[in-house]
Amino acid sequence: MDWTLWLEWAIKSLILIFTLLIGFGYLTYYERRFLALLQSRLGPNRAGPQGLMQWMADAVKLIFKEELTPASAYKLVFFLAPVLTMVPSIVIAAVIPWGPPIEMFGRTITQSVADINVGVLFLMSIASIAVYGIVLAGWSSNNKYAMMGGLRSSAQMISYELTLGLAFVVAILLGNSMSLVEIVEAQKDMWFVAVQPLGAIILWIATVAEVNRHPFDMPEAEQEIVAGYHTEYSGMKFALFFMAEYQKMIVVSAILVTLFFGGYREFWFLKDTFLSVDAVWRIGSWQTSAWFLGPIYMFFKIAFFLGVMIWVRASWPRIRYHRLMDFGWKVLLPLAVVMVFITAVGILLAQEVHPLLIWLSPILSLLAGWFASLMVDRSLRRKAYA
Amino acid sequence: MSVDLILFFVLALVAVAAAIGMLLSQNAVYSALFLVINFATVAVFYLLLGAPFIAMAQITVYAGAIMVLFLFVIMLLGAEKLAPGKVLPYQRPLAIGLAVLLVAEAAYLLLSRVQSVAAIVTPTVETNTVEEIRRLGMALFSDYLLPFEVTSVVLLVAMVGAIVLTIREKGEQG
Repeated sequence: MDWTLWLEWAIKSLILIFTLLIGFGYLTYYERRFLALLQSRLGPNRAGPQGLMQWMADAVKLIFKEELTPASAYKLVFFLAPVLTMVPSIVIAAVIPWGPPIEMFGRTITQSVADINVGVLFLMSIASIAVYGIVLAGWSSNNKYAMMGGLRSSAQMISYELTLGLAFVVAILLGNSMSLVEIVEAQKDMWFVAVQPLGAIILWIATVAEVNRHPFDMPEAEQEIVAGYHTEYSGMKFALFFMAEYQKMIVVSAILVTLFFGGYREFWFLKDTFLSVDAVWRIGSWQTSAWFLGPIYMFFKIAFFLGVMIWVRASWPRIRYHRLMDFGWKVLLPLAVVMVFITAVGILLAQEVHPLLIWLSPILSLLAGWFASLMVDRSLRRKAYA
Repeated sequence: MSVDLILFFVLALVAVAAAIGMLLSQNAVYSALFLVINFATVAVFYLLLGAPFIAMAQITVYAGAIMVLFLFVIMLLGAEKLAPGKVLPYQRPLAIGLAVLLVAEAAYLLLSRVQSVAAIVTPTVETNTVEEIRRLGMALFSDYLLPFEVTSVVLLVAMVGAIVLTIREKGEQG
């Protein structure tokens, strides 16, 4: 194989890993400052200008903390579990395209580590692997609370994975491809969120549950089970869980953006202006394609959805466990099946009868979503439910 | 030797070692983890054979869902270190007999088909995998409809059975 190809892969992987690591650092800062803003506090503002170096201070603290291994822990698995949590959260980012291909050094460089033709399935399979780290951490600690956290997370992640898969199916149907690059390019004329808004909402709920964030953070519900699966972890091993959680937040936001919000592309109504990623910029005699707009758009879109996640954390209480299960299996999953059906019928009608009939699918699926929320509301009003 | 072949032999070694480890390990959780390694290597075999869809489905379904449920049950019951229980008197000879039968069958099939194996063409990797999935779906719901439906019914029966076993009758003490 061509050695320059290896070099390209290595460089792209390094860039991706460092971006995620630094992204993790500033995401913790972003979260703490934004939470503070929402709660009328100041948040960390001492280390560096406006507290921008806070994450570095935290990292140094965690590195020098003492690491404890419980005497009765299963040592090998206890050691492996943080690694098994961390690795999928980075690997899953490999297929996400961060921008259009670049023409540079006489070759075309794609802005994703790997553009594989089963990209969406890859996302699905790595997401399903990600549960192992948490489950094994809970088990190997040999601690009842940690174990409960691990069991909760395995049940929760399996339940919401089905919904996640169905939301992916909608994006595959609309993009008529499983390659993420092709799905993004198919959104040139219209983001999929406009065609199937319910799909974006369901994907969002399912991924938030999948990364164990508020209001679905049952595996580490501190009022009930101490700190859940990472109760026994300290020092750098704990830091790995912490990093994995925040990197997963970044990655799932990137997935949502890629599948439903146009990925690295601009707003669809800007596609013929100089703000498009396909545009060619001319400054004097020097010209370049606007490939660098791709990562910038990605950054702002991801930052927006991370902000929504933090906002949700600040505003909503944690959902109770049996309600979490009820919601996943009795509301979200049937709704997702209905949504896939409506989308497929809409696409078929648009192809066979009239292109405008595609707008039946957003209308019908929003009606279905409204009906579902009405039913949930009704069942919550009944006292017998609790 | 091509890269594919080296990869195949290394992975085959890993797969066999993982399978043996699964059988020999005393702790049920370690057994389950060995099985996950085995599934993952099998998924890479599918990739080598040019079937990315099957490979990803293998990881998602087996490693991602079924084995997690296995682990869930093992941990929930605290069954990772059960003392070796009573063995049925005829269990061992029966197992050996069945194993010999399986090996004989596999050997027969392998030897009788060894010519046709060479003739199999490696499928070219489709660029448009949606087309591939469409064909898979068509085959599943037309030529193989009966096995498909029978499998669904079997799964449904198993599910209903599990629910019936655990449901509490009215007035029964839990």
